[in-house]
Amino acid sequence: MAKKDITCTVNGKVRTYSVDVRESLSDMLRGQAGLDSIKHGCDVGECGACTVLIDGKPFNSCIYMAIWAEGKEIITLEGLSDTKGALSDIQQAFIDEGAVQCGFCTPGFIMASIPIISSETESSREEIRRQISGNLCRCTGYENIVNAIEKTQKKRIAEKKSK
Amino acid sequence: MYNFGTIYETTSVEDALRLKKEHPQAHFLAGGSDILIKVREGKLAGCDVINIYNLDELRGICLEEDGSILIRPLTSFTDVAMHPIIKQYIPVLGEAVNQIGGPQVRNIGTIGGNICNGVTSADSATTLKAYDAMLEISSIDGTRVLPYGEFNLGPGKVDLREGELLCGIRIRKESYEKTYGHYIKYAMRRAMDIATLGCSVNVTLSEDKKTVTRLRIAFGVAAPIPIRSTTAEASANGHAVNEALLDLVSEGALADVNPRTSWRASKEFRMQLVKEMAKRATKAAIEKAGGTING
Repeated sequence: MAKKDITCTVNGKVRTYSVDVRESLSDMLRGQAGLDSIKHGCDVGECGACTVLIDGKPFNSCIYMAIWAEGKEIITLEGLSDTKGALSDIQQAFIDEGAVQCGFCTPGFIMASIPIISSETESSREEIRRQISGNLCRCTGYENIVNAIEKTQKKRIAEKKSK
Repeated sequence: MYNFGTIYETTSVEDALRLKKEHPQAHFLAGGSDILIKVREGKLAGCDVINIYNLDELRGICLEEDGSILIRPLTSFTDVAMHPIIKQYIPVLGEAVNQIGGPQVRNIGTIGGNICNGVTSADSATTLKAYDAMLEISSIDGTRVLPYGEFNLGPGKVDLREGELLCGIRIRKESYEKTYGHYIKYAMRRAMDIATLGCSVNVTLSEDKKTVTRLRIAFGVAAPIPIRSTTAEASANGHAVNEALLDLVSEGALADVNPRTSWRASKEFRMQLVKEMAKRATKAAIEKAGGTING
């Protein structure tokens, strides 16, 4: 089957991967980039466990063709921690709030929450729920996930104001 | 890995149309949120596709010189919902597509794919029907314009002939001017669900807001294809804005729909939804237009 070179920015670094044109973005990022935070959950775009940011927006990487990634800027969970591996605020908030149980859905939830926690204005809990409505969690009952996102958003907005 | 036969890559619309003529069996691959799932399920396993997702000339929304709004088919649901032109002139369309799936699905799913897939539950379909959208359909031999009202031929079947691709969705000025719409999606969940029933209504009121000058109402999942209720529309046009109007719209709608029993809901329940949602959506549209029932 045909191969194609795909050049894109992954977690801040420009990379070229030789992909089978039938591969999904999740296949490419797990298989070649070793970014195992991306989970193959449902593989049909229903559970959100494979969520990554493409040009700043959350996408299900399992239903995104690798060949579409040419020239795109992709961020995965691995791209959130700093170069020394220290956790980002949202990751720490998930731990502090008990928003993680089995952990399988966690990277997807965190990536889906990035647009919310980067927002300039505070979101209601209902709005937060809506923004994570493309992600499934079978353990936590969602309450602590919403808490973690709400807390991080508030903290970031307060930090911006104090500057 | 997706089980595709051949993936044909394109660099322009012309390229895509030429490939479609050469390979009529190949499916156009837009956002893929229907096709890729069917490939995974096996229904389309091994199919050939013509990849058009990267064709940015098929993406975007603009206001044309004649005042019509042109929506290009690869525009994602998110981009439709966020677009200033849609927010200003047809906010109901943004509100409707904002109820599809979840954020990730709305980022990848395209409005053109939604209507070309041809299912009755498509959330964009009812509002586009209710606004008399015109479709610009191209093949390598030329372009034809088709009223969207004539596009759906049956469940999952649309009037795309051999070699054709939907290249534009146009809403004319007279269709949206002074017109206010409301969409109600009834589903079991508030996200990631297919409509049990969808109802989109838009109204134009007289200067004094007392009379309906034009009412258009469309339903999804109330028949094998998305439909307009001409009976409801005929009885509403010229009618005073009052409770009796809501009853007439509701009765007219019931006369035109033909829902089925599926695992999601029974025919009887859907009839009840048609009756109630026709009233509620009409009332909401009138209120958006500045009218008051019994005002």
